[in-house]
Amino acid sequence: MSKLSVKHLLDIKKLESEDIQLILDTAKEFKEVLNRPIKKVPTLRDITIANLFFENSTRTKLSFELAEKRLSADVVNFSAGSSSVNKGETLIDTVNNILSMKVDMVVMRHARPGAAQFLSQHVDASIINAGDGRHEHPTQALLDAFSIREKLGTLQGIKIAIVGDIVHSRVALSNVLLLKKMGAEVMVCGPTTLIPKYIDTLGVRVEHNLQIAIEWCDVANMLRVQHERQDLKYFPSIAEYRAQYGLTMEHLDGLNKPILVMHPGPINRGVEITSEVADSEHSIILEQVENGVAVRMAVLYLLAEKRKLGNS
Amino acid sequence: MSKREIIDSRELNIALNRLCCKLIENHGDFSNSILIGLQPRGVQVLLRIVQLLENEYNIEGIRSGLLDITFYRDDFRRRDGHLQPNKTKIDFLVEDEKVVFIDDVLFTGRSVRAAMDAILTFGRPSKMELLTLIDRRFSRDLPIQPDYKGRQVDSIESQRVEVLWEEINGRDAVLLTESNS
Repeated sequence: MSKLSVKHLLDIKKLESEDIQLILDTAKEFKEVLNRPIKKVPTLRDITIANLFFENSTRTKLSFELAEKRLSADVVNFSAGSSSVNKGETLIDTVNNILSMKVDMVVMRHARPGAAQFLSQHVDASIINAGDGRHEHPTQALLDAFSIREKLGTLQGIKIAIVGDIVHSRVALSNVLLLKKMGAEVMVCGPTTLIPKYIDTLGVRVEHNLQIAIEWCDVANMLRVQHERQDLKYFPSIAEYRAQYGLTMEHLDGLNKPILVMHPGPINRGVEITSEVADSEHSIILEQVENGVAVRMAVLYLLAEKRKLGNS
Repeated sequence: MSKREIIDSRELNIALNRLCCKLIENHGDFSNSILIGLQPRGVQVLLRIVQLLENEYNIEGIRSGLLDITFYRDDFRRRDGHLQPNKTKIDFLVEDEKVVFIDDVLFTGRSVRAAMDAILTFGRPSKMELLTLIDRRFSRDLPIQPDYKGRQVDSIESQRVEVLWEEINGRDAVLLTESNS
């Protein structure tokens, strides 16, 4: 078994399928660690990690921080709201200031697509993209894949429908790229206005009818309607979106097979899925959150391994 | 690369039986004892010992588990190769139990140091012991010695001691491998 082929985790696009396999296999062992009475290992005790969140986040930030602490890394946190970014400092200056305090790895969320890539070209730390605008959110795709593989045993040949706001969603893009690399079949489903024009060039099916999508799929990944990124009206009203694309128990009860329901959170209950669906046995939403910590531990572990002592 | 067989199948079997007898002397019916095989190569030794204890010495209900020490190693980021973790399978607490670590070859003692660290995440054992099939003398980096050893082998650092198992390699044997470079 070899190491990861990349030094940073910037997007799914640059990962080989072997890298993805290695991350998912390693995460499985970390999940076992998380179920021990003492959930901490000393592996990253000589690594310092900065979490730079230039955009709001609850789940991802907590999940990364917990993963770092479970690995015994030293952690510093930074949120844009309370920082000098508001005083006009550039991204590179902010990060270089932090790095001069001897930080080895940076986990960054930023509103600009490509921010993580840009940073990786200018600083010496290992960069992990925790979401860059509408571009990618690689660790979310990895934890989604881990959750599917854990439930269904494989990704090869599994049919996954990603439903909702595809155009604004970094989760959708990362998921599509990852699932295609691992041999799954992917469909995107949503109103025409929320489906990117050339998405079929990525080898995915496009569907506008939710009923057809859920009859086809083994897994439905219901995305959040991202009100904050929608500068235009993409659909007439929330009520109409709910009627067309909201997943209900009636949908699930009408199927002749069980399907898994996923959601990257935070959920708009009663919009993309009803409360009953979110809390039903079909839903693996909370397992996704649990798996997120294990997957992020695996990513941190494998990237730290690439930083040999003395280089950092 | 030259390979020399230093222990054959009959000798290996005698050694395993002797280890079982010594374990029984100290642990009786194993009601307060847990056998822990160290991943990856201690697993086969553990399986054989449990098999012998159950079938030849009629001891029932032996509790055993597998421990992976990858995340506790002291050479993370200091070696070139990738450290791939293996499965840990310990479905019980080790609080106040006597733990016996089982491995195939004791060399520098660093894995055992990591194992002592790792097992504490499952509770505080009343005692820890070490059983090794092969003890490579004069090669320790740490003050760690086995409580039970199958055979002592004198070897130099460039040599490798490799244990073969019938279930995996088709025959039981211990080889001393020397690289010619």
